[in-house]
Amino acid sequence: MDYQTLVILGVFAPLIGAAIAGFFGRRIGNTASQAVTTGLLFVSCIVAWIVFGNWTWGELEPFTVTLAPFINVGDFQSDWAIRIDALSATMLVVVTTVSSLVHLYSWGYMAEDPDKPRFFAYLSLFTFAMLALVTAADFMQLFFGWEGVGLASYLLIGFWFKKPTASAAAIKAFVVNRVGDFGFALGIITVFWMFGTIQFAELFPMIASKAGTGWDFIGYRWSALDLAGFLLFIGAMGKSAQFFLHTWLPDAMEGPTPVSALIHAATMVTAGVYMVCLLSPIYEYAPVAAGIIAVIGAITAMFAATVGLMQNDIKRVIAYSTCSQLGYMFFAAGVGAYQAAMFHLFTHAFFKALLFLGAGSVIHGMHHEQDMRKMGGLWKLLPVTYAVMTIGTIAITGLGIPGVGGFAGFYSKDSIIESAYAAAMTGHSPFGLFAFFIGIVAAGLTAYYSWRLVFMTFHNKPVWKDEGAHHQDDHATDAQLETHSEPLADDAHAHDDHAHDEHAHHGPLKPHESPWVMLVPLIVLSIGAVAAGLVFAPSFIGDHEHHFWRGAIFVAEANHVLHESHYVPTWVKWSPLILTLIGTAFAFWIYVLKEGMAKRMADRGGVIHGFLYNKWYFDELYAFVFVRGAKGLGDLFWKVGDVKVIDGGGPNGVAWLSRRFAGGLARFQSGQVYFYAFVMLIGLVGFLAYAITSWGA
Amino acid sequence: MAVSLAHYLAVAAILFTIGVFGIFVNRKNVIIILMSIELILLAVNINFVAFSAYLNDIQGQIMAMFVLTVAAAEAAVGLAILVTFFRNRGDIAVDDASVMKG
Repeated sequence: MDYQTLVILGVFAPLIGAAIAGFFGRRIGNTASQAVTTGLLFVSCIVAWIVFGNWTWGELEPFTVTLAPFINVGDFQSDWAIRIDALSATMLVVVTTVSSLVHLYSWGYMAEDPDKPRFFAYLSLFTFAMLALVTAADFMQLFFGWEGVGLASYLLIGFWFKKPTASAAAIKAFVVNRVGDFGFALGIITVFWMFGTIQFAELFPMIASKAGTGWDFIGYRWSALDLAGFLLFIGAMGKSAQFFLHTWLPDAMEGPTPVSALIHAATMVTAGVYMVCLLSPIYEYAPVAAGIIAVIGAITAMFAATVGLMQNDIKRVIAYSTCSQLGYMFFAAGVGAYQAAMFHLFTHAFFKALLFLGAGSVIHGMHHEQDMRKMGGLWKLLPVTYAVMTIGTIAITGLGIPGVGGFAGFYSKDSIIESAYAAAMTGHSPFGLFAFFIGIVAAGLTAYYSWRLVFMTFHNKPVWKDEGAHHQDDHATDAQLETHSEPLADDAHAHDDHAHDEHAHHGPLKPHESPWVMLVPLIVLSIGAVAAGLVFAPSFIGDHEHHFWRGAIFVAEANHVLHESHYVPTWVKWSPLILTLIGTAFAFWIYVLKEGMAKRMADRGGVIHGFLYNKWYFDELYAFVFVRGAKGLGDLFWKVGDVKVIDGGGPNGVAWLSRRFAGGLARFQSGQVYFYAFVMLIGLVGFLAYAITSWGA
Repeated sequence: MAVSLAHYLAVAAILFTIGVFGIFVNRKNVIIILMSIELILLAVNINFVAFSAYLNDIQGQIMAMFVLTVAAAEAAVGLAILVTFFRNRGDIAVDDASVMKG
């Protein structure tokens, strides 16, 4: 089989699985639906690894398979195509690996759910849309995949649609993404308007010639490429939950945990980073847009890390961690180190999926309890989960010794931080130093909240033992309201599956280790979390970098950021590690040595705690400005525009007028006989008088 | 003073006016309306007879006979309606009979 056929198979296998499970799921049954989707996903995964392996270590050249025309209108030419280059090969591996492991994991996690075929069909549909996105050869297919993953994300966040919070979260995710997608669409239009093409292969060589173009407006010269780059980045902000458009991501944790691992950690949310790296030819000539990316990315990294410090829901902590890591990727791309951004995307997929699936294993073991304050001491009962979560935490904190080696996160995160410093020193990006300092501080915060999660969950006193029986009854109410934990043990969720009865509600809580079908994906991912950095660092950012990318990422002549990042001063190389260790020690001190101190501090409250715990009051601000604003505008159009102007002048006005007129006439219809007779008489007299006078004359 | 045609006509006009006012001003009793109609018909009859004598034409008196007949029939039918009306409504007040009010 040649590579063309192979990649077609790889991309379409998930779609076939989704169609089978989605349309015939009820007829073929749960097990068959699960088997067919999971099996096809593994086929896809093998294809991806063959391509990626041959790309990294072999001599595979970039190619594009054109499948069929999509839109052909005048100059606007778009085709369905599969584009294979370094970027898409990397993404293929990330997407299919995490997706196939998540499919497998869901066999265990969703075992009690009555809607398994629907779940697996959605998962496979998502995977297909994501593959269509990463293999797009033009903006139109990119947009198709972009919307496809958005749709699948909406469906999966709202998978438990009987739960109002899940429905609301799904709608929120969709609406916030619409804002980003609007910018994205405008960006595509700008590109087409400037270049007359949306095909990447035709577009990229033309960009350098348009580098200076722009127009004068209110005294400034506006660069057209900056505008296009900024608009496209708005799309990336929405999809990748960057500052200002991040509010949907934490709420998206209402979806089942495997979904959070696949969509809201490893793949879909990284689509924005992928796009920025793919469009490196534009951003290299759009310094303002790149600067905005660096600033927004750095702010997001910092913001999400601070909020993550105070959250108590195990999934929300990881969600904010994802948000923060995406910020890292963006500022890496913003300062010109696209390779480092892609590398962090690659390693992050492994350890973040691992952390999410590990959290899912904890939640599963705790019978759908998500509040970390009610956990503790689980390491003995969930040994495998504990081991892999620790590996994931070490990987995300980027523990490793410069010059020697370390876990996956060490290579990619340190590369990003060093690139930011190098960008500042070479003068490539004015925001390099800002991003660098935020990067190292956020690294410390990352260590703190990541270890806090581990300590609160696995170490300490087992809180669930004391509260045991009684909190089981009320945990569906107060704890769930606060933490939005998953609804399987919730009465509001109308599952009457029997497997449930052994779970929760009866007798004291007894956490248990997850089945092997869930642990195997965790172990596979933890291998990735340990080794992905070590194995792939030379290819992505090291000596073989030129060979690996083979032109997929465009780097301007003046951009030496990645090269210089290897020669930063020693203190720069060591500073993330030092901050990480400080963060770890701090978490250890507060949550292990001084157990209970955190709770006392939280109870005492305070301005900073409230500010961070309430996520910088972003939801409140947006509710005030946008939700109330939109409501007010709607009210205006409804009560004034519609009711008063249109109805008042139209139907209601006419009705009112004819009623008044009829009311006047109705007075004559008194119903009294003498009145009629009187009127008749008056009429008669009147006519007679007229007749006499006129005839008389 | 001889009784001239004008006198007859004046009496008839007065009777007619009383009859009309009996219909319009009366708000209480349907029987009074019927009686007022009789008065009007009587006034018409007086006119017929007076003109008949004045013009020496027998047609007017024949007409008066017709009017008397019709008036008797009308009284019979009117009273019959009145009885049915009373049975249905339990009342013969004129003001209440306004089902046709718009």
